[in-house]
Amino acid sequence: MVEFLQQMVNGLSLGAIYALIALGYTMVYGIILLINFAHGDIMMVGAYVGFFSITMLGSNVFVALLFAMLACAALGVLIEKIAYKPLRNSTRLAALITAIGASLFLEYVTIFFLTPQQRVFPAEAFPMHQYQIMGLYISNKDIFIVVLAVILMIMLQYIVKRTRAGKAMRAVSLDREAAMLMGISVDKTISFTFALGSALAAAAGVLIGLYYGTINPLMGIIPGLKAFVAAVLGGIGIIPGAMVGGFLMGILETMVSGYGSSMYRDAVAFGVLILILLIKPTGIFGRNDSEKV
Amino acid sequence: MPSSKRQWLWFLINIVILAGIFTLVQYMIATRMLNQYYQINLASMCINIILAVSLNLINGFTGQLSLGHAGFMAVGAYVAAVCTKSMDLSFIPAIIAGSLAAALAGLIIGVPTLRLRGDYLAIATLGFGEIIRVILQNIEEVGGPAGIVGIERLTTWPYLFLATVITIIVIQNLINSSYGRAIISVREDEVAAEMMGVNTTWYKVMAFMIGAGFAGLAGALFAHYFYIIKPDTFNFLKSFDILVMVVLGGLGSTTGAILAAIFITVLTAYLQAFPAIRMIIYAMILILVMIYRPQGLLGNKELTRKTFSRFWGGSA
Repeated sequence: MVEFLQQMVNGLSLGAIYALIALGYTMVYGIILLINFAHGDIMMVGAYVGFFSITMLGSNVFVALLFAMLACAALGVLIEKIAYKPLRNSTRLAALITAIGASLFLEYVTIFFLTPQQRVFPAEAFPMHQYQIMGLYISNKDIFIVVLAVILMIMLQYIVKRTRAGKAMRAVSLDREAAMLMGISVDKTISFTFALGSALAAAAGVLIGLYYGTINPLMGIIPGLKAFVAAVLGGIGIIPGAMVGGFLMGILETMVSGYGSSMYRDAVAFGVLILILLIKPTGIFGRNDSEKV
Repeated sequence: MPSSKRQWLWFLINIVILAGIFTLVQYMIATRMLNQYYQINLASMCINIILAVSLNLINGFTGQLSLGHAGFMAVGAYVAAVCTKSMDLSFIPAIIAGSLAAALAGLIIGVPTLRLRGDYLAIATLGFGEIIRVILQNIEEVGGPAGIVGIERLTTWPYLFLATVITIIVIQNLINSSYGRAIISVREDEVAAEMMGVNTTWYKVMAFMIGAGFAGLAGALFAHYFYIIKPDTFNFLKSFDILVMVVLGGLGSTTGAILAAIFITVLTAYLQAFPAIRMIIYAMILILVMIYRPQGLLGNKELTRKTFSRFWGGSA
């Protein structure tokens, strides 16, 4: 039982990271029906910005997080303007292929400038303490990750539900044309969505650096895919769904590596995806919409 | 089959041209005019053509974005390698076994996933491709992460040439048959096709299976040319490689896929020393082609005699 709870604790912090990434996927999908393949790589860029602001500017973790979030918000908007905006009215296949292109571009430009070797995320930026509570080992890192993720999610929820920009986002995702007729600037709203999603991904990137201790230019691919699975699990386009899906994914993954084989860890995510798509493609929180002709 | 006299003539001319290419290269290999370096690139070229043309059947003609092509290639490669290495089968039965195994994998994966639409399908196929890789990594009998080493080099130019030509002819004829019309109708408008009585799921699964089978063929040839196969060779970046060829050549153009496969192989050979630059160029190709020419360079047009005669001002 203690071991089971321990796995739960380990899974929670990983799940919080997945949930942060999944939120970006789900928001972008909700608003322009695009799987932003580059999202995982934006997270990677965030991790690097955090890394450099700690090592080169000597800033603490919070400042590094802030820098990473700002830089990635700008990067997300830039990618949207350059790569996705011209394709807004073309087929979804074309947009998806462009997204794959954007993802490869970010990965290999990073490799080109920063070499493919992995870097050790500075541990001194966040001194480790381990606490033992009722037989469970909990580190301050786990607590920090989960608390920060929850704070960011509450902020997001506030922005989406209570502000004008959030209202515009919901309107555009519901019906873009109608929103446009109501005087909502669709372009600005989409940019805002990318900025929000990318900032969350950047935070996740810094947290992943803390969690695993190393970063490399291809680190965004697998967590990105898993977070996407998490978004689908919760129902893509639905914000609370992404949070729940992310936590479920993280817990499931640590359970599999804890009780089964860690070799199959990556396969499990995709297995889950295929099961959901077969059983309930709309995800846990999804509604069933039939396709309109 | 050719019907009129004129078509017979062109049919014969085509055969003569193909035989000519084959003999010329065979002669150059035999007289060592083509050294080892060129021969390796020639083999990759043929394998890439098979991969691109078969993926084009799924992505271009059927309109179903599959990102798991490398997975099927892996199935073909592993099955064929095990056949020749452990079961002492000769080469041709091994290739056939590899292709059939890949087609079977295509069927197993296709039936559940092809009910999904568009982007979900893309992710599901990507997932399956990765699952195949992870499973291969965990089977100790085929070497686990280290893969199979010391496969006999049985793939020679005649096999490569024949396999490439067969792939192109089979897929081209399939597209021009009534099956092909049904497949294209699925791409153009799935709902409308269904209304007209086309069993869209069946045609999608069929195209997927055939595409997967040919990817298996490419894998079998690959395994018996490069001595070594390991699971990491067939990761999703390999699938993206093939996707770049299809996108560049034109989604739904067989000649486009062939030309793009040749171009990408040459590009890869030149940029061997700069892998990062190669991938940046790939990324730029994907983005720029989609923005400025979303149907690919050739679109769904084929490069035929008519295209050339239009250039030369004559009439076909």
